[in-house]
Amino acid sequence: MKKAAKAATAATGMAWPKKVHALLKEANIRQVAVVPDAGHSQLIRLVEADKTMQLVRLTTEEEGVAMLCGTWLGGERGVLLMQSSGVGNCINMLSLPLVGHFPLLMLVTMRGDHGEFNPSQVPMGNNTQRVLEAVDVLVRRADCDADVPDAVSGALRITFNSFRPAAVLIGQQIMGAKDFRKLSKKDDHE
Amino acid sequence: MSKLLKRREVVSRLLADRGDTLVIGGLGASAWDITAAGDHANNFPLWGAMGGAVMIGLGLALAQPKRRVLVITGDGEMLMGLGSLATVGVRNPKNLGIVVLDNERYGETGQQLTHTGMGTDLAAVARATGIAKSSLVRTGNELDLLCTHLARTRACQFAQIKVDPEKLPIVLPPREVSYLKNRFRISVLGEESLYA
Repeated sequence: MKKAAKAATAATGMAWPKKVHALLKEANIRQVAVVPDAGHSQLIRLVEADKTMQLVRLTTEEEGVAMLCGTWLGGERGVLLMQSSGVGNCINMLSLPLVGHFPLLMLVTMRGDHGEFNPSQVPMGNNTQRVLEAVDVLVRRADCDADVPDAVSGALRITFNSFRPAAVLIGQQIMGAKDFRKLSKKDDHE
Repeated sequence: MSKLLKRREVVSRLLADRGDTLVIGGLGASAWDITAAGDHANNFPLWGAMGGAVMIGLGLALAQPKRRVLVITGDGEMLMGLGSLATVGVRNPKNLGIVVLDNERYGETGQQLTHTGMGTDLAAVARATGIAKSSLVRTGNELDLLCTHLARTRACQFAQIKVDPEKLPIVLPPREVSYLKNRFRISVLGEESLYA
């Protein structure tokens, strides 16, 4: 797994996943609920390899919102990983942590953001922040690799100190947008 | 054809010897039912989050592996979060029980039919997701057997209990969610959880 994480860092050039994993560990995060995104793949591998964390694979993002309320009821801490399209799925479920003052951290990798190829990602991607803020979720955003750990660190503290849901938006610029035309010409997508 | 089970009697039976079981009550009639059986600090009745009851139960069961967690919800609430059964099925926490009180109706909105009255077999869905101990309960004897399994068998369990679509007086739990949360956490984790 260490080898896999190292290979992923080399492939993507992103340093934030490893640093964010360390921050989550330090903050005693025990449950990590996930709907995968390419931008989260490195962090997911690190969580899989971490015996102190339980990875829960969701079928849809709002499951993670409900789950993390149960996690808190049981005295543990968790985070929810998703891509920006998933934020739209979460809105009604967020009423539970909002009205009940549950801490809840969402790490959202952006699509429909910087140089997006797929038009269907744009309506949600272009409105992720305002939709979250419209329901009173605290939002922090990072648009370069080096800024992600600080944004996550701040969001971790504010959510667990103020008992309110918070989200960190990780800009698409950091991951780079896929060009489906190029991918469609390649035999091997990876 | 046996007479349909009565939901309040079913829930009273499920919670009669609850011990230190932690109970999530799904939005609507199930929340009234667990309250009618006796409001309790180890109850977390839902006032919203439709489709989320099973997932709240999963997060809780993973955080408290030594405690028995019982999700009691309705067919409409379960149908909205059907995917959560797949999420539970791949984890299969041994301390999680899920009971669906299936009256085949959206009771709170005017008794409109749900999918379970038109063929959707929730117990089969649960089994197909990997929750091997999954049953359909129609009779008092089957309910007794379920109660025994819930109390004694350490395995993730699912039961769909067919109940009478009767209209019953609402028995309200406290509706301030922060209060319900803190009451629950103090009961499970102790007063010291407030100082953490």
